[in-house]
Amino acid sequence: MSSADLTSERDLPPEREASAKGDVAPERDGPRDTGMDDASLHRWLTRTWRTPPGIIGALSSVDHKVIARRYLITAFLFLCLGGLNAVVMRIQLSGPQRGLIGPDLYNQLFTMHGVTMMFLFAVPIVQATGIYLVPLMVGTRNIAFPRLNAFSYWVYVSGGLFAWVSFALSMAPDVGWFAYVPLSGPEYGPGKRADVWAQMITYTEVSSLAVAVATIVTIFKQRAPGMSLDKIPLYVWSLLVTSFVVVFAMPAVMITSTFLILDRLVGTHIFNPAEGGDALLFQHLFWFFGHPEVYIIFLPATGMVSAIIPAFARRPVFGHLGLVLSLIAVGFLSFGLWVHHMFATGLPKLGASFFTASSMMIAIPNGVQIFCWLATLWDGRPVIRTPLLFVFGFFFIFVIGGLTGVMLASVPLDLQVHDTYFVVAHFHYVLIGGAVFPLLGAAYFWFPKITGRMMSERLGRWHFWLALIGFNAAFFPMHIVGLWGMPRRVYTYPAELGWGNINLFISAGAVLFFLSFVLFAFNLVHSALKGAPAGDNPWDAGTLEWATSSPPPSYNFARIPVVTNVEPLWAEREALPVATGLRVDARELIISTVAEAHPDIREKSATPSIWPLLAAIAVGGTFLYSIFTPWAIVWGAAPIAVTLIGWFWPKGDPEDEE
Amino acid sequence: MKRLASIAFAAAIALFLQGCAGWQSALDPKGPAASELAWLIWFFTGLCAVVWVLVMAALAVPLMMRSRERLEPLVLDAGADNRKLRVVMTAVGLTAVILVGLTLLSFFANRTLAAIGSDAALTIRVTGHQWWWEVRYEDATPSRILTTANEIHIPAGEPVRLLLTSTDVIHSFWVPSLSGKLDLIPGHMNVLDIKADKPGVYRGQCAEFCGAQHANMGTFIIAEPRAEFEAWWNDQLQPAAAPTSDEAKTGEDLFLKRPCVMCHKIGGTPAGGTVAPDLTHVASRQTLAAGTLTMSRGNLAAWIADPQGVKPGSHMPVVDLSGDELNAIVAYLEGLK
Repeated sequence: MSSADLTSERDLPPEREASAKGDVAPERDGPRDTGMDDASLHRWLTRTWRTPPGIIGALSSVDHKVIARRYLITAFLFLCLGGLNAVVMRIQLSGPQRGLIGPDLYNQLFTMHGVTMMFLFAVPIVQATGIYLVPLMVGTRNIAFPRLNAFSYWVYVSGGLFAWVSFALSMAPDVGWFAYVPLSGPEYGPGKRADVWAQMITYTEVSSLAVAVATIVTIFKQRAPGMSLDKIPLYVWSLLVTSFVVVFAMPAVMITSTFLILDRLVGTHIFNPAEGGDALLFQHLFWFFGHPEVYIIFLPATGMVSAIIPAFARRPVFGHLGLVLSLIAVGFLSFGLWVHHMFATGLPKLGASFFTASSMMIAIPNGVQIFCWLATLWDGRPVIRTPLLFVFGFFFIFVIGGLTGVMLASVPLDLQVHDTYFVVAHFHYVLIGGAVFPLLGAAYFWFPKITGRMMSERLGRWHFWLALIGFNAAFFPMHIVGLWGMPRRVYTYPAELGWGNINLFISAGAVLFFLSFVLFAFNLVHSALKGAPAGDNPWDAGTLEWATSSPPPSYNFARIPVVTNVEPLWAEREALPVATGLRVDARELIISTVAEAHPDIREKSATPSIWPLLAAIAVGGTFLYSIFTPWAIVWGAAPIAVTLIGWFWPKGDPEDEE
Repeated sequence: MKRLASIAFAAAIALFLQGCAGWQSALDPKGPAASELAWLIWFFTGLCAVVWVLVMAALAVPLMMRSRERLEPLVLDAGADNRKLRVVMTAVGLTAVILVGLTLLSFFANRTLAAIGSDAALTIRVTGHQWWWEVRYEDATPSRILTTANEIHIPAGEPVRLLLTSTDVIHSFWVPSLSGKLDLIPGHMNVLDIKADKPGVYRGQCAEFCGAQHANMGTFIIAEPRAEFEAWWNDQLQPAAAPTSDEAKTGEDLFLKRPCVMCHKIGGTPAGGTVAPDLTHVASRQTLAAGTLTMSRGNLAAWIADPQGVKPGSHMPVVDLSGDELNAIVAYLEGLK
C-alpha cells in the first residue's frame, strides 16, 4: 500500500498541498479528490461506490447501508413473529385451564419466542443499527471487511429461516431458549428439535461474531482524521464495548451448542452424569454467554440514549468520560455475574455470596450513566419530540428493571423469585425498557437519516403512550403473580390458586402492547412513502452522520471530514474542515492510527461480490444437513472451500506490483 | 389519560388484595425461612420504590423547564458542570452505600436460613421424575423406611431435612410459603431444610422447566402435630388394604394382569414397579397425578381411562380397558387408603 499523503485543507495552505500531491507517482495513480469540483467528484464517487444494478447486483452489494437496511427490516419482521408468539401464549394463559393450545405447542412457542427475540431480533438489530451508523459517525466510506459483513447477513437470514421453517413443520425446539441438559440431551430430547436449537445458535452467532469484528476494526482504524479516542461519539463507544463483549461471550454459547450437538449426534457424554459428565457444566457455559448477552443488547441502547439526549436537551452530554468508563466497566463486570442465574442449583454458599456482591456492583456504573443523563437534561432545555419521549419511557421502565435486578442479585431473595413470573417481569423491564424503548426512540431519531423523510410526530406520540401503558399493564402485575407463586414456562395453571384475574389483566396489556407495534409499523411504512422531507440534519444534532445528505449517498461523504470536537457539527456551525487526497476511481478509505486518528495509509475497500452469498448458502446447507449426520461437516467442507476461494481470489492491483 | 391511569391503579390494588389468600405465595409465609424471605422482599421493595420515586422526580424537573422552540446548542459552563459533578458523585456514592448495605443484608439472611436446619432430625429424600415426586422417609430401622409419592407429610414445628436429587432431567422443589426453591439435578444431591410453624397444607410446584408437563408437577406439604404424623407414618407402613368387595377383588386381579404392574408398586401384592408412583395408599392422598386432579372416584376413572387427555405427554400410557374393567380397577384403588 502507498503511504499516506493525506492532507487537510485546513492545516495546509493550497500551494504546499500541491507539492505534497506531487510526491507520489502520478502515472500509477488515478484521479484524486484534491481540488476536484463538487459535481465531478459526485459523478466519480457515485460510479465507484454504487451497488451494481439488477438482481445479481443487489445480491452482491457490500454497501454497509444496504446491508444494514436489510438487517433492520429482517430483524423487525422477526420481532413481529416473536411478538405474535407472545400474544398466542398470553391468550392461552389469560385464564386457568384454558385449552387453546396444548403443552407441545406451548413449549415450542415460548422457546421460539425466546430464541427469536434474543438471537434473531435483539442482537441483530443492535448490530445492524451499528452497521448503518458507525461508518457514518466515524466519517468513513464503508465498514471494514464489507464482504464479511454481507456474508454475516446471509448467514443470519438462513439461521432465522431455518428456525422458523422448523417451527412451521412442528419440529421447532421445545426445550426453552436456554435448552438445559439433560432435557435437551439425547435421552430426554428425542427427535431433531434440540439439534435445530444447537445448530441454529451456532450459526447465528457466527454472524454476530463477524459483525463484531468488522465493527471493532472500523472504529479502531477507519475514524476520520482528528477523531481521537476522546472525540468518539458515545454511541460508537457503546458499539465498540459491545463488540468486544460479543467476541468474548459468543464463543461460550457456541461451545455449549457444539458440545450439545456432539452429545446428540456423535454420542459423546459431555453432559451425561451417568458417564462422568455434568449437567451443571452446560449452565455455567451457557450463562457465561447468557449474562453478557443482556449487556450486548443493553449497551448499544445506552449509546442510543447518549445520542438522543444531547440532541434534544440542546447541550453536549454531561460526563462524557464518566460515561465511556461506565460502558467499559459494564462490559468487564458483565462477565463476572453469570452465577446469579444459578443460585437455586445448590452451589457453595460462599461462592454464591461473591456473585451477590459482583452482581450488585454492576449497578454502580449503570447508576453513573443514569445520573449523567439526568444531569444533561437538568442543564439543558429539553425539546420534547418522540425520540426523547421514548428515552423518558426508558427511564421509567428500565429503572424498575434495574432495581428488581438488585433484588435478584441477593441469593436468599432470588431463591423465592427465581424461575417465577417475577423474573419474567424483571427481564422484560430490563430488555424492553432498557433496549426496545431506546431502539424505538432511535428509530424515530435516525429514520430521517435513513429514508430522507420524517416520521409522523402525532402517530409517534400515540405509539409511545400505547406502548408505555400496554407494557406496564402487561409486565408490572407479573412481579406480583410471581411472588404469589406462579412459576415460569407453564402452559396452564389450576383455578384454585387464584391467578386467573391478574393473568387476564396481563394478557389484555400484552395485546395493547402488541397493538402499539402495529401502529409503529403503520407509521414506518406511511412515513417512508409520504413523510415530510427531512433535510440533512432535521434535529440539528451534533455528530458526523448528520453532516452528509439524507439518505446518505453510496460513498457516505464526498470529502472525508476532519474532526475537532465530540459534536463536530456544533463546533463548526458553517462547514466542516475536510481531508483530501483519496482516489475517486477506486474504493479508497483513510486508515488512521488507533488512539489519535492520524491518517496513516490509504486502503482499498472491497468491491461487490456474489461470493459471500454463495459462501453463506454453503455454510447454511452444511449446518442444516449436520442436524442429521455429523458427516455433513466433511461433505460440506468442499462447497465452503470453493466459495471461499472464489471470495478471496486475488486480483491484480498495480500498486501492489511495485 | 389521568382517568385511565387511576382506573388501572384501582384495578391493580383490587387484584392484589384478592390474591393475598393464595396458599402458594411467597408473601404468605408459614415457616421461619419464608418469613425471613418475605421480610427481605418487603424491605427491598420498599427501598427500591423510594429510589425509583427519587429518580422519577429528578427526571420530572427538567420537564418543567421544557422549551418548545428550537434552540442553539448550549455552550458548556465549567462552573455549572462542576456543581453537577458534585451532585452526580454524591448520588453514585449513595448508590454504592445502599448496594453494600443490601449485600450485607442478603449475607445475614443467608446465615439465618442456614441456621434453621441445624438440628434437623427427620430426613426425607425427594427425587424428581417427569412429572411426579418420589418421597422416601429415611429411618435408622430399615423396615420403617417408607416410600410414597407427591405428598410430603412432615411434623409441624420441627425442622425437616430434604435431600433433593433427580433421576431424569432437572427439576426444582419449591413450596413458597415455607422456603425458597432448590434444584433437583441428576448426579447432584442438594440439601434443603424446611420447617412449618403450624399444621396445615402448603402447596408447592416444580420451578425448573422439565418438559411437556412441567405445569402439572405439583406437590403438597402436609404439616401435622407430631403424634398424627407418627400415626400416619405407621399407617403408611402397612401393606395395602385387601379388596373387600367382589368388584374390587376383580380390580386387583386386573391390575396385576395388565401393564399397570410394570410401573407401579402396591405393598403386599406382587406389584413392584418403581418407575411410577407407589400406589400402596393412593386413596389416602388428596390429589392424583402430582396435584393435577383432586382425589375422587370420577377423577381416578378419568385419569386411568385417558391419561393423555388429562396430562398430555405424560408417561402414563393408555391401557385398553372395558367399562367394567375400568370400574373394577377404580373400585380397587379407591380402597387403598
